[in-house]
Amino acid sequence: MGWIGDALAAAFELIVGGDPELGEIVALSLRVSGTALLVSSVIGLPFGALLGIVRFPGRRGVVIVLNTLMGLPPVVVGLGVLLLLSRPGPLGHLGLLFTPEAMMIAQSILITPIVAALTRQTIEDAFDEYGEQLRSLGAGRLRSAATLLYEARFTLLTAVLAGFGRAIAEVGAVQIVGGNIAHVTRIMTTTIALDTNRGEFALAMGLGIILLLLALAIVGSAEILRGVANRAA
Amino acid sequence: MSSRTFPIIALAIAMLFGCSPADETSEPEAVFIILGSTTSTRDSGLLADLTERFRARTGIEVRVIAAGTGRALEYGRRGDVDMLLVHHRPSEDAFVAEGYAPYRRDLMYNDFVIVGPPDDPAKIRGTSTATDALAAIAASESPFLSRGDDSGTHKKEHGLWAEAGIDPGPHSGTWYRETGSGMGATLNVAAEMAAYTLTDRGTWLASANHQDLEILLEGDPPLRNPYGLLPIDPERHPHVKFEAAETFIHWLLSDEGLDAIDAFKVRGEQLFFADRSDSGGAAAVSD
Repeated sequence: MGWIGDALAAAFELIVGGDPELGEIVALSLRVSGTALLVSSVIGLPFGALLGIVRFPGRRGVVIVLNTLMGLPPVVVGLGVLLLLSRPGPLGHLGLLFTPEAMMIAQSILITPIVAALTRQTIEDAFDEYGEQLRSLGAGRLRSAATLLYEARFTLLTAVLAGFGRAIAEVGAVQIVGGNIAHVTRIMTTTIALDTNRGEFALAMGLGIILLLLALAIVGSAEILRGVANRAA
Repeated sequence: MSSRTFPIIALAIAMLFGCSPADETSEPEAVFIILGSTTSTRDSGLLADLTERFRARTGIEVRVIAAGTGRALEYGRRGDVDMLLVHHRPSEDAFVAEGYAPYRRDLMYNDFVIVGPPDDPAKIRGTSTATDALAAIAASESPFLSRGDDSGTHKKEHGLWAEAGIDPGPHSGTWYRETGSGMGATLNVAAEMAAYTLTDRGTWLASANHQDLEILLEGDPPLRNPYGLLPIDPERHPHVKFEAAETFIHWLLSDEGLDAIDAFKVRGEQLFFADRSDSGGAAAVSD
């Protein structure tokens, strides 16, 4: 069990030592996954809410496709975005490949279906319960969607956190479209993969522990926020 | 955005970013080039050393994408990188012949070694050539790990099998195992499985996870591993930063660059040897 001690010691050293490179990769991880979270929320929440409320032919099929996309393999998303942003690709002229922006695009694509699908389920359930009431108040579809999004905000926080968790933890997509360039596109998960390849297992595991602590801090803060808002409401 | 919760989360995350260091992407005037290279040069730390010296001298930043030689060449064909530093001569010559690079220059070399378990079930310690060693491994059906990823090392291994007159393909999954991974990851697997593998000496020395593995064969001339420099031809891809790439190539081939390569050591050992035979030619080409 020596490896646990080695990993904890490595994590402790990294944090206490104030390694500037660690600060850099942690900040970039948060910036990339945080941006992906914002993009996926802006798209996924309204889309999921409308899909939960509006009835149209083929809706079942859209729901099935959306639920399937929750399982998008990161490496496939990475490859797709690579082909999109590579010079001969449709967006190649933008020169975005191997930049943090490319990583944000890939992670946004990866987690938007998660946020949208979980939102769809939540809003659909809420609409089953309150739909009658909303209609009697004369609320249209957009108004209903907005109201239910607000009313279900605490449940939806879990949907958004699920998306963020997926983004901050994935390595397959960012490795391909970011290239793991030191000081430019190197984030926590790509560093862990690199250290593993170097045989520096304790260091890699130490970084893994830091990544988990970071996730804990974010989810914990969200939970506290939810508690405070709940009491205020 | 319809709920108030999300702007709050966004704000919390934005506050976390507040302490982040300078944003690299907000400096459009900074000159940088993208170098497609191999895991061996990156994982050993050589490229970090060279690119830092070069940046201090010229202000040009070199962003390194470490991939296998096959993938690096594909990035070059697509114009996603400005130049290449790779190690498979036949592929490099084809790359120039196809018109993707105007020329190729020798930069340095190191060598491949065959590592394996100390009890050496195939008895390759007694052999003197790589082909004999591979033949012995095949004859004894001892576990051998192949990169299986179209990298320079993988291509080299294929060439050696061909020379030994053996096709390991049909044995894939039995004693011949393809990891489909980088050199470092493959060494990790070799260490766990007590298997033989072909590795460049740089990655071997830089790896912190040898367990029981030892170098069992080295010094055979065909195991020499030359690295070549290739700038991407701007006639093919007008957007590439050809001038900055050539500046880097000239610097690498200058005494300053070559001396830095020779001076680079990991755990007290020199990993790469500057090839001084080509250093005079580069300047003439740019005219």
